[in-house]
Amino acid sequence: MSVYNSLDSITEELHKCMKCGNCMAVCPIYKETRQEVAVARGKISLVEFLLSGEAEMTQGLAERFSLCTTCMACNNNCPCGVRFDKIILAARAEAVRKKGLHPVKKIAFTALKMQRMFDFGMKTGSMFQGVALKHVPHKSDRIARMRFDIGIGTDKVFPMLASKTLRSEFPEVVKVEKPKMRVAFFTGCMINYFYTDIGKAVVEVLKENDIEVVIPKGQGCCGIPASVNGDVASASALAKRNLRAFEKLGADALVVACSSGGTAWKHVFGELLDNDPQFKALADKWAGKSYDISEFLIHKVPFKKEGLGRVNRKVTYHDPCHLNRGQGINKEPREILKSIPGVELIEMKEPGRCCGMAGSFSLVHPDLSVQISDRKTADIELTHTDTVATGCPACRLQLKSGVENAGINEEVVHTVQILAESYRAGKKK
Amino acid sequence: MLAREVIEDLIKVLGKENVLTEQEDLLTYAYDATAAMKHHKPGVVVSPLNVEQVAEVVKIANRYKIPVYPRGSGTNLSGGTIPSEDSIVLSMLNLNKILEVDHDNLTATVQPGVIIQDLNNAVQQFGLIYPPDPGTVTTATMGGSVSECSGGLRGLKYGVTKHYIMGLQVVLANGEVIRWGGKTVKNVTGYDLVALFTGAEGTLGIITEILVKLIPAPEARKSIMAVFDDVDKAGKAIASIIRNKIIPATLEIMDKVTIQTVEHFVHAGLPLNAEAVLLIEVDGYKEVVEREAVLVEQILKEEQAADVKIAKDDKERDLLWLARRSALPALAQKRPTTVLEDATVPRSKIPDMIKAIRKIADKHKLNIATFGHAGDGNLHPTILTDERDLDEMKRVHLAVDEIFQTAISLGGTLSGEHGIGVAKMKYLDWEFGEAGVALLRSMKEALDPNYVLNPGKIVRRD
Repeated sequence: MSVYNSLDSITEELHKCMKCGNCMAVCPIYKETRQEVAVARGKISLVEFLLSGEAEMTQGLAERFSLCTTCMACNNNCPCGVRFDKIILAARAEAVRKKGLHPVKKIAFTALKMQRMFDFGMKTGSMFQGVALKHVPHKSDRIARMRFDIGIGTDKVFPMLASKTLRSEFPEVVKVEKPKMRVAFFTGCMINYFYTDIGKAVVEVLKENDIEVVIPKGQGCCGIPASVNGDVASASALAKRNLRAFEKLGADALVVACSSGGTAWKHVFGELLDNDPQFKALADKWAGKSYDISEFLIHKVPFKKEGLGRVNRKVTYHDPCHLNRGQGINKEPREILKSIPGVELIEMKEPGRCCGMAGSFSLVHPDLSVQISDRKTADIELTHTDTVATGCPACRLQLKSGVENAGINEEVVHTVQILAESYRAGKKK
Repeated sequence: MLAREVIEDLIKVLGKENVLTEQEDLLTYAYDATAAMKHHKPGVVVSPLNVEQVAEVVKIANRYKIPVYPRGSGTNLSGGTIPSEDSIVLSMLNLNKILEVDHDNLTATVQPGVIIQDLNNAVQQFGLIYPPDPGTVTTATMGGSVSECSGGLRGLKYGVTKHYIMGLQVVLANGEVIRWGGKTVKNVTGYDLVALFTGAEGTLGIITEILVKLIPAPEARKSIMAVFDDVDKAGKAIASIIRNKIIPATLEIMDKVTIQTVEHFVHAGLPLNAEAVLLIEVDGYKEVVEREAVLVEQILKEEQAADVKIAKDDKERDLLWLARRSALPALAQKRPTTVLEDATVPRSKIPDMIKAIRKIADKHKLNIATFGHAGDGNLHPTILTDERDLDEMKRVHLAVDEIFQTAISLGGTLSGEHGIGVAKMKYLDWEFGEAGVALLRSMKEALDPNYVLNPGKIVRRD
């Protein structure tokens, strides 16, 4: 039974919790609010009260369940091995079943499902974004702030929409001479619409390693924004669409450069489609050959070390929660960085601490999101580096906004961008 | 439901943002970390920002005769922070500043909401430590641990919380604020109220500032594990170490049930056929530690330990202590409900106590694992059960009664470090007699005549 279908699926997880409160030591939200409802123990108790009938599913309860960045730090610190990430997803799905989806989220997730409409909207947006967004001059990033407050303040720094989406810049199949392998690239929305520089770096690095890259045009949103908010119907529809699109073109492996996308392909699609044997089989098949780009370059290909040119950067690495705790990938990006000549890796105090972005969490709880981000920014500042590398475009957005508002001169990039830069430098010599 | 005017008065003092009144929030303050206890939803939760606000809350409580339940992180194991229905929960977590570290006088002054580990992190740069280290050191607050007089793994050598509390600021039940004690080592001015409020479980006053003693951090440490095929031999080894004038920082024991459960859980290399395992750590100057480790090893062998292992490096040390730290969580995995007690006996009686617990387990057909701080006699008999099984719970309660009877008959006490709270209130006359319980009550009534401060804990109101 999947966590998305019924609260019954998590009763065993609930029994495991002995209310010791160890989750309080690591929860980024609890550290800010110091209120019990913020921490896993509080929300586990609320689910138990819901099951025992002492509490009802109210709008208020649904709001409390939104207080989680799903960073999974509590999972790791739990002496009893409670998988709180499962509990919170089940609780949110139950809230949607009982109380419906928040109207704004409903519109947003519906738009994600209508790929062509969404694409059109984003393209139009890239032309007219100047109406709402004020460009912030910056040497390496195209970034902007909101001109007026729509409820999330005007401090947050956003990336500008790319004038051309990533997928429109490449053919469906990017050929190389004597391909070693055929790899499908799931771009995810942020890389397709905003951070096309990450996507280009992925293609560049794969080509450099003699890999043919397939970028199916039919791919869409990974569905994580919908599934973590309990909109199981939208998330399942998106999972099916993506599976169809990739199955149609086929590939030896699938890579992502986004921690949500990786989580989706490796875990979530299979759980969502648990009740549909045909799609479940397809999801499991692709899950078995899905890799984060850093994981792929270390374990699957071993990337070429010859031809790496010098890149003079002092780099600190931020672990995205869903890459680190979600997929167990934290050594691989560091290994890549350390192998690049000229890169000095300086660790920050708590590289695995959540940055507070957590997708729509940062829109629903903007103040909290910024408070959590401020701690991250302070840790980054102490490293005296010039570059923050990370493995997730959503973290990149949050980290960039943090350092920009703190006035710290720091570039925020995906690890793979530095690797691409190194290959480029190697050619110049 | 609390009367509207009470909430309005509280909001006037604290501001709306520090007063929680919605059901969804209140429910999350209905419990603490104690297993198999009834929970009660409070009427309001307030989070004051300073001592003046605490005093005002207490005055409001007195005016309307509404109980106030002070609370830190809610990690205690005696039901000490569980509120009553429609009461005021006073969350101290916003009073979370370390006010001063005085490395000339070796003291620190902290607010009650400071997390114990945060204090240790702050004094580490001066080469100092605050020794009390309950299992919840990364989550529990200073206010909570002073109020419960927490112990921990290092009690044998370093003592417990009460040995480190030099001064307190306390809000009394009438809303008056007093300061007692100070930075001087010697202080015999008046009654020792610092000692009275430490471990009073918030029933006599509300602690709003704490002055603690710090000590130099030990330079080195060494961990040793000894395996025994007989509990008595382990007991003799404990006595022999102490008799030889060695006071380890930590001297822990795990019984057979615990060993087997832990080993399946963490694979730390514990012998599955052992009757008891001792884990010992000596600390201090490097030279002393080297000498003591050799002596301890020698004594353990003389006392017929089946195997003795000294951790060669930090990695081996961490693995040994992972086994000990995993004891409770590993046991908790076996059954849905984990009833953890802390009956304590003189250390010479440890083998008797462990054997008695095993007999009680057999008699009531229960699964009881025992582990704990052998060096200071503080054992944690842990009953693995299921609170939904009413018949078994009846037997659990009978077994708990007998465990406490045994502890007292061996010259021990009901609680070594968890406190009395609600969980152990009914046993108090076994230890103190009627006159003792009456004295507790008259002290409570002298300081809190209206029973507004954490009522229903330690002292029963007649």
